[in-house]
Amino acid sequence: MAVCPFSLPVSKERCANVLHAAILLVILIALSFTSLFVGVGAISPLDLFNLSPVQLLILRISRIPRLVSILISGAGLSIAGMIMQQLSRNKFVSPTTAGTMDAARLGILFTLLFLPNIGMLGKTAVSFGFALAGTFIFMQILSRIQLKDAVLIPLVGLMFGNVVGAITTFIAYERNMIQVLSTWLFGDFSMVLKERYEVLYVTLPLLALAYVYAHRITIAGMGEDFAANLGLKYRHVVNVGLVIVAAVSAAITLTVGSLPFLGLIVPNIVAMFRGDNMRKNLPHVALLGATLVLTCDILGRIIIHPYEIPVGLTMGVVGSGVFLLLLMRRDARAA
Amino acid sequence: MRLNSRGQAKAAAGASGSVPSGPAALSAAIARPLIGPSGRVAIAALIALAFIALYLFVDLPNDWRFAIARRGIKVIAAVLVGSAVAFSTVVFQTMTNNRILTPSIIGMDSLYGLLQTAVVFTLGATHPLWSNPKVHFAASSALMIGLALLIYQGLFRKARNDLYFVLLFGMILGVFFGSIGSFTEKIMDPNEFLIAQGRMFSSFNSVRQELLAVAAGAMLAIAALSYPLWKYLDAMALGRDHAINLGVDHPRVVRRLWIVIAALISVSTALVGPVTFLGLLVANLAYQIFRTHRHRLLIPGASILGVAALVAALFAVERVFAFRTTVSVVINFVGSLYFLYIVLRESQK
Repeated sequence: MAVCPFSLPVSKERCANVLHAAILLVILIALSFTSLFVGVGAISPLDLFNLSPVQLLILRISRIPRLVSILISGAGLSIAGMIMQQLSRNKFVSPTTAGTMDAARLGILFTLLFLPNIGMLGKTAVSFGFALAGTFIFMQILSRIQLKDAVLIPLVGLMFGNVVGAITTFIAYERNMIQVLSTWLFGDFSMVLKERYEVLYVTLPLLALAYVYAHRITIAGMGEDFAANLGLKYRHVVNVGLVIVAAVSAAITLTVGSLPFLGLIVPNIVAMFRGDNMRKNLPHVALLGATLVLTCDILGRIIIHPYEIPVGLTMGVVGSGVFLLLLMRRDARAA
Repeated sequence: MRLNSRGQAKAAAGASGSVPSGPAALSAAIARPLIGPSGRVAIAALIALAFIALYLFVDLPNDWRFAIARRGIKVIAAVLVGSAVAFSTVVFQTMTNNRILTPSIIGMDSLYGLLQTAVVFTLGATHPLWSNPKVHFAASSALMIGLALLIYQGLFRKARNDLYFVLLFGMILGVFFGSIGSFTEKIMDPNEFLIAQGRMFSSFNSVRQELLAVAAGAMLAIAALSYPLWKYLDAMALGRDHAINLGVDHPRVVRRLWIVIAALISVSTALVGPVTFLGLLVANLAYQIFRTHRHRLLIPGASILGVAALVAALFAVERVFAFRTTVSVVINFVGSLYFLYIVLRESQK
């Protein structure tokens, strides 16, 4: 364990806790600063105190909203994944592997077709409803399965997502909406501009709520009987957890698109190093999730400059690759 | 759920069919079908032919020559793809002793798609080798066979007993290959991409006509070359240990079967792109309808069902939905529901 560099009167464990978070925070701040100066419109850090009107406009309309939305969605989806993993007691459940993202997309399609004029907040609300319903149906299917094989559950979730996705594609194809909808298939921050991303702020109070409920969610994951025995309103806590997950996923899917496997890999990586305490890990999960998305986005902006690779694509490669490694690790341990 | 024990239980049930006793004998006598497996295959073939005739000749416009020619190409593609997918799925499921996994579900056609892109990316669209689509097909297929042996044979050797693990791993592998493929397309030179695009994104509405003859030749060659292996499949259906006990050189046969599967997947994916859930549907239907463990009947039977299913889907998409949807949407919707159903049913046991 690292020696505590601060001369604070705290326990060793607490100190490591703060140290890890501090390291992540420093990396994140450095990357955030870098990201403001990566892009087609040239802005160098030296210009910072002497910005031309155009540069100021670029920063205000594009770069800063982009950075904020990356930070919020990276942290938000990672925390959503963590909540789902705690509630289902399964390491491989996340918004991507439980049909939540697919249901949110179906909701977006619904608003595009039937309620085209309800604005961003309205769209978020509708797609939140769909995401909540989808996650709830998945949880219902889970409670029906007798054999709780750790790998079966994400499998069922992926298939459930496939069915919902097929319905979405069917309707979209029939109405000539495939191209519009594909915007929401791969996460992409290049479309994030001022006045198009503010809905993401809705997720901030929800993430704070997740922190408040962290211990209760952990206990709820231990099963209804156990939770009731400890004096916990089981259904209430599960519902709060699902609402947070669905709302965060819906807002992010609507503004950014899907970031596959993010909610799955980040909590798992953190748990590998720090164990399973949700409340203690929550800040680390948020920081690491934001760092990962920011790294992928900066890479996507650099590789084929002046063009961009959507972050969802980069996340797809990184996310599925890391997921495979996690699976292999589990298998090596089981063998 | 363990693969081998299930395979053996299934095989034991099949073997006891010849010498039944007690209540089993009674139910077997009642359930004895009127028409034997070979008769059923013949009937299925007739139905498939009827579907093809229906698709070709119903709603002919005045300019019927053009319509027949266009539909004929799709029918030939459907015959090749349907039989390749069904053939590969039955071989794969017998070899791995399960009825849930299929080559497409564990990502083999995504791998082929990635290889097609990778060949263009590394050689360049203007390379003389690449400019010939047949050479491109051959190169991608050769790579496919090599990588299938390397990745998938290794996966099954390592985690043979854990069906769900292989399933999840394979599905994520498919996503991984697909993402790398799209990623490569993004960073490709836009001009090369335009040339490559027509060769890589195929569907039933844009069948790769220039490959039909090559693909048909490849299918015939695969069927002829693999025919001596079919008898081993009958033994392998009993499970790995039984097969070895009966004198099957298991590792050698498995290696050859992987080559057969990879080649078949190459043929179908090159022609019309991935049709993920077709194999699962028709293979399971074939087990239920034909009720035989003899692969000399099962493989042709499943292939016929594959053709019939594809032609029926084509008919539905073109005449019923009037092109408002696609073949892969129809098949993936029905297929993923069916998949969910059998996974949930298996997990209740």
